[in-house]
Amino acid sequence: MTEEIIIAGFGGQGVLSMGKILAYSGIMQDQEVSWMPSYGPEMRGGTANVTVILSDGPISSPIINKFDTAIILNQQSLDKFESFVKPGGVLIYDGNGITRHPERTDISVYRVDAAEEASKMESAKIFNMIVLGGYLKVKPVVKLDNVVRGLEKSLPSRHHALIPLNEKAIKRGMEIIRQMNSI
Amino acid sequence: MKELKLMKGNEAIAEAAIRAGADGYFGYPITPQSEVLEYLMAEKPHERTGMIVLQAESEIAAINMVYGGAACGRKVFTSSSSPGISLKQEGLSYIAGAELPCLVVNVVRGGPGLGTIQPAQSDYFQATKGGGHGDYRLIVLAPASVQEMADFVELGFDLAFKYRNPAMILTDGALGQMMEKVWLREHKPRMTEFPAWATTGKTPDRERNIITSLDLDSARQEEFNLKLQAKYNKMGEEEVRYEMTDCDDAEFLLVAYGTSARICQKAVQLARKKGIRAGLLRPITLFPFPKKPLKEMASRLKGILSVEMSTGQMVEDVLLAVNGQVRVEHYGRMGGIIPSPDEIADVLEHKFTGGKNYE
Repeated sequence: MTEEIIIAGFGGQGVLSMGKILAYSGIMQDQEVSWMPSYGPEMRGGTANVTVILSDGPISSPIINKFDTAIILNQQSLDKFESFVKPGGVLIYDGNGITRHPERTDISVYRVDAAEEASKMESAKIFNMIVLGGYLKVKPVVKLDNVVRGLEKSLPSRHHALIPLNEKAIKRGMEIIRQMNSI
Repeated sequence: MKELKLMKGNEAIAEAAIRAGADGYFGYPITPQSEVLEYLMAEKPHERTGMIVLQAESEIAAINMVYGGAACGRKVFTSSSSPGISLKQEGLSYIAGAELPCLVVNVVRGGPGLGTIQPAQSDYFQATKGGGHGDYRLIVLAPASVQEMADFVELGFDLAFKYRNPAMILTDGALGQMMEKVWLREHKPRMTEFPAWATTGKTPDRERNIITSLDLDSARQEEFNLKLQAKYNKMGEEEVRYEMTDCDDAEFLLVAYGTSARICQKAVQLARKKGIRAGLLRPITLFPFPKKPLKEMASRLKGILSVEMSTGQMVEDVLLAVNGQVRVEHYGRMGGIIPSPDEIADVLEHKFTGGKNYE
């Protein structure tokens, strides 16, 4: 199994940390992982994206331009990365602020309204975990147990009290994601 | 204790240095390598091993602190990115001239000048041909994974001390910023005994040690130059490191190091799917360069594509190695753009079998 993912959105949405948690979860189940951020003079509010690869075997190039899955969290990223999904691949997006929706018919398109859902929960910061939950529902590449273990490993211990909330958000994401097309 | 972590390349270098028993780090922040200094500052290795971490007032100060530490026989290192490494060249020339060991990490960004903060491989000439003034070379190691970023810290120190010569890890912003799994070695204790040449304080039973790169006697200076060359030749015989992938039946060879080599691994798979028998030679030491395997393979190849995120620097060493036995082409992207595996597979196909021109 090799899963090549791009996560893209605004800086501050938790794009990079979501990728990091996914990578850590992969390590927890003995996968090879790579986490390649776009880095630049970007700040909160600018664009941010990260390529995560999970594989049972060694990973060759950590830099790729075709993805099994694109997780898209704003319009600019949708415009940029929709065409980069492999035919038959998956595109997951949050509908918040989206004016031009995905148009491809050769990929599976899913929508997870995580921003809206996060505003109803205890903390809006768990937005990215709702998205992650949605993704894991569509592509169960890592087990939920291993995500929790990944969180324990990647979060400083002072934040460990928040892990149950994160787990709840992941489960909520799994519930609210819905497919927008049929291929 | 060995430990498995998910780390950025820059962080892996910093942690590996603590575990390799480094005595001191002297640095100055610059993107995309600031995490080396930041990690060390946060980690407070002084409390763990006694290692000193100091943010100098400039890159020039940092390299001269390394010069001083190295003169005392200590395991010292610095890191920077391209513009900062240019500032360190005078110091490196002096350290090479004084025959001192140290480790320098260059997390390359695009140039010339301030250029960009994005990854590039355009400092190959500077790293492998001397960089500063005078006839000297650095031992240059090119990691291609976060694991090698960590492993080459200890290797770099070992080679630097073995040859009394500065060693450089030549990497780039992509490897510095990306995270991968890394196995960290157990802690190696810091040195408690120092080499006989080190300026650790004169004792009555020996002459004083003098560290200098100055010798105004022409005959002695020439002799010293020849001694350095003999040292570099010995490195060429004993320290060449490289990795070959799918080379046994290859008709076309990609040559690439670091980030480009990772991309080329995938490009080899893609080319083979198109029916092109491609292979990859990845130089791990850029100085000494793996001339011999290239020379030996050249006559049975139909073409070599040297891939580097530059306008074509390493390709000159490839050309020298094969000496006209086979056609050699270069493909590179600049300015912080990283080529994709598909792009390289296409270029290989079209450069050597006609069709779309990628010049």
